[in-house]
Amino acid sequence: MYEILRNEKLAEDTHLMEIGAPMVAERIKPGNFVILRISEKGERIPMSVFDFDRNKGVLTIVFKVVGKTTKDLSSLKEGDSIMNFVGPLGNPTEIEKFGTVVCIGGGIGIPPIYPIAREMRKAGNKVISIIGARRKYLLILEDEIKSVSDELHVTTDDGSYGHKGFVSDVLNMIIREGRKIDRVIAVGPLVMMKAVCDVTKPHGIKTIVSLNPIMVDGTGMCGCCRVTVGGETKFVCVDGPEFDGHEVDFDNLILRNNRFLEEEEKAKGGCYGSEKEKA
Amino acid sequence: MGVKKKKHKMPEQNPKGRIQNFREVALGYDKRTAVEEAKRCLHCVNKPCVEGCPVGIDIPAFVKLVSQGDFDSAIRKIREKSNLPAVCGRVCPYERQCEEVCTLGKTGEPLGIGHLERFVSDHEMKKVFKKKKPPEQTGKKIAVVGSGPAGLTCAGDLAKMGHKVTVFEALHEGGGVLTYGIPEFRLPKEIVRSEINYIKSLGVRMEYDMVIGKIITVEELKRDYDAVFIGTGAGLPYWLKVPGENLNNIYSSNEFLTRVNLMKAYRFPEYDTPVRVGKRVVTIGAGNVSVDCARTALRLGARESIIAYRRTEKEAPARIEEIQHAKEEGVKFRFLTQPVSFTGNKEGEVRKMECIRMKLGEPDETGRRRPIPIKGSNFTMNVDTVIIAIGERPNPLLAKATKDLKTAERGIIEVDENQITSIPGVFAGGDITTGAATVILAMGAGKKAAEAIDKYVRKG
Ligand SMILES: Cc1cc2nc3c(=O)[nH]c(=O)nc-3n(C[C@H](O)[C@H](O)[C@H](O)COP(=O)(O)OP(=O)(O)OC[C@H]3O[C@@H](n4cnc5c(N)ncnc54)[C@H](O)[C@@H]3O)c2cc1C
Ligand SMILES: Cc1cc2nc3c(=O)[nH]c(=O)nc-3n(C[C@H](O)[C@H](O)[C@H](O)COP(=O)(O)OP(=O)(O)OC[C@H]3O[C@@H](n4cnc5c(N)ncnc54)[C@H](O)[C@@H]3O)c2cc1C
Ligand code: SF4
Ligand code: SF4
Ligand code: FES
Repeated sequence: MYEILRNEKLAEDTHLMEIGAPMVAERIKPGNFVILRISEKGERIPMSVFDFDRNKGVLTIVFKVVGKTTKDLSSLKEGDSIMNFVGPLGNPTEIEKFGTVVCIGGGIGIPPIYPIAREMRKAGNKVISIIGARRKYLLILEDEIKSVSDELHVTTDDGSYGHKGFVSDVLNMIIREGRKIDRVIAVGPLVMMKAVCDVTKPHGIKTIVSLNPIMVDGTGMCGCCRVTVGGETKFVCVDGPEFDGHEVDFDNLILRNNRFLEEEEKAKGGCYGSEKEKA
Repeated sequence: MGVKKKKHKMPEQNPKGRIQNFREVALGYDKRTAVEEAKRCLHCVNKPCVEGCPVGIDIPAFVKLVSQGDFDSAIRKIREKSNLPAVCGRVCPYERQCEEVCTLGKTGEPLGIGHLERFVSDHEMKKVFKKKKPPEQTGKKIAVVGSGPAGLTCAGDLAKMGHKVTVFEALHEGGGVLTYGIPEFRLPKEIVRSEINYIKSLGVRMEYDMVIGKIITVEELKRDYDAVFIGTGAGLPYWLKVPGENLNNIYSSNEFLTRVNLMKAYRFPEYDTPVRVGKRVVTIGAGNVSVDCARTALRLGARESIIAYRRTEKEAPARIEEIQHAKEEGVKFRFLTQPVSFTGNKEGEVRKMECIRMKLGEPDETGRRRPIPIKGSNFTMNVDTVIIAIGERPNPLLAKATKDLKTAERGIIEVDENQITSIPGVFAGGDITTGAATVILAMGAGKKAAEAIDKYVRKG
């Protein structure tokens, strides 16, 4: 059993949760993910790492309530426990001194960007972060991201805060200003990561994306998480979750992530609506 | 003494009723039938049957005890050699092992060894395992990676020898394929759990959620334990590698079965994990795994469940009994048929499967006749769910994370005749060293490794 040490609501339908898992906390690195299961009848769901404290044995995730399991998770209180917590899974982010790195987080992709930006900066990179949300009140972790970046840009779709528009628009601007960018890392909804890749591709800027397919085991056994990268089938849980974005077949993955829509509605009993971001 | 030529029939749920539920198909002998069947044994002096059993159960001895009605002693006899009798009595391909060489088979049907094994273990199951008085402890610590039949057998045997054993399992439940792969209607999960409880009663510790190679490496295990056994199985699915294979509602057998068995999707939405089965389900391949998928699909409400196989029924690797069960239940077979592509609708769901007809050519290296495509014979089938069940090979995760661990073709870990790998103190066995095989072979390997490990740690 893994104890919930903190459950804080960051924004509508978005929670930060600290979980006691000493062994996982000791091993986890930016870019890795975990799989958790709340109880006997629960589903196994993947979550990225937001932060970790190796000394205290604590791992922090930030999640958005989109369906049954995330809803159940959000209702847990300090002192409650979850049944299973597996990690670290996937490969950690490749951290090196590249030069200037642009870290992009959209919506629920903002949290995983935080440890990546932090480590990139520690490795001697100049870190430009771009984070975006649909509206101001949905924007999370601005201060945290700022604290690990040399430069921060914020966007909202409706212009209620920061630049009006998408994170990819700001990226486009920065590139047009003629600034040299050595690497882009983008985490967020698939459509956002796709848009970022469309912006960087003509300029030949290496762009890493972190994919979020539906998973079951997370150990490379089932192929549920498969995706086409560079014309080859890859399993995101063991070959990823990060890939060269210019090689990823996003359209197929977007369809694959919608494949249990009917069942997901049934699971949550259709009783609460949330502003869920499709794919 | 006139010996009955035929084996006593195993009572079964009738096919019409059973496809409406996930309960076990084979119902087991009652006491009288078991005793009667046991009496058929000739108690041959040379015991060919024992040679046929990969773990060497003393078959005539346990059968004799059954014939005398002493079921408690019978199960104790079996447990001297096997840690998982309730499992083997159900899924062992005994017709190709102990029963194949049974003397009775020369003039009639062989003794129902599997059925009897199942009977006595079911009899035992009704009781609670008492924590055994532990054997004298050696003070040696052994790590077992993977809790499939190979790992469980190795762990159980080592515990019986007085070593302190910890099993590390990646999933949240133990049993390996017994839990996530073989369906409930063939092997109830309660039975697997009960067998694991038996192993625990021997003093073995189970650690779940531990993906070795990620959370702990084999090198680290070596530091903390006197020896390591790797029994991580063959969990990586093969794909057809044809266009459209990543469309929705195309599953690997592993995904399909894991959703249904491990995650209990057949009880969705009571359990949270879904599985989607359409009206026309096609399973590719004709091994035990495919048959399990096709039969599961029927139970999940498929109107038509079809098995497509590129050779003929004669070459099908599945057990005859399983193919028979599938046919009774209404599974249809399309032989000499190979998919070449899939196409879908705008939601990305599979709708059509283009196939090519095959003919059989010369035998290949496996001795089976090689399938050859017939040019221009392409045709299209309407489908809405496809399950790819064309085999598995070892998952490379652990080997990749363990430098110095030698692997051979298809990623199997190389071992010598004592299950020793290229790293001193690290042993391996089961599907990870052979490629996908059988429960009893995995158990045999676990057993052999336990003996080798015992020798190794006592020396050290
Ligand atoms: C490697 C990885 C890291 C992730 N990290 C995070 C994270 O840090 N924070 C976070 O909030 N979520 C993260 N996710 C997504 C998260 O796993 C899903 O939101 C969760 O599984 C939904 O479960 P549910 O039962 O609440 O919803 P469901 O009822 O299963 O689904 C509800 C909705 O979510 C969509 N959905 C389902 N599974 C996924 C998925 N895997 N990815 C995206 N959308 C999905 C469905 O299409 C549906 O629209 C990550 C996913 C992956 C693969
Ligand atoms: C659907 C199906 C039906 C079958 N039917 C039959 C049958 O009727 N009769 C028969 O004899 N055989 C059958 N088989 C084959 C048989 O189940 C296998 O040969 C046998 O289970 C192999 O045992 P194993 O212990 O080597 O591996 P497995 O049973 O595969 O167990 C390996 C375990 O190791 C775990 N693991 C893997 N990697 C790691 C890691 N890095 N760290 C920690 N744990 C890890 C896995 O999660 C798994 O639990 C069937 C197989 C399938 C898939
Ligand atoms: S374990 Fe299998 S091979 Fe051995 S006696 Fe039992 S059924 Fe026969
Ligand atoms: S070979 Fe058959 S008849 Fe002979 S001892 Fe074994 S089980 Fe009995
Ligand atoms: S989730 Fe099963 S292979 Fe990746």
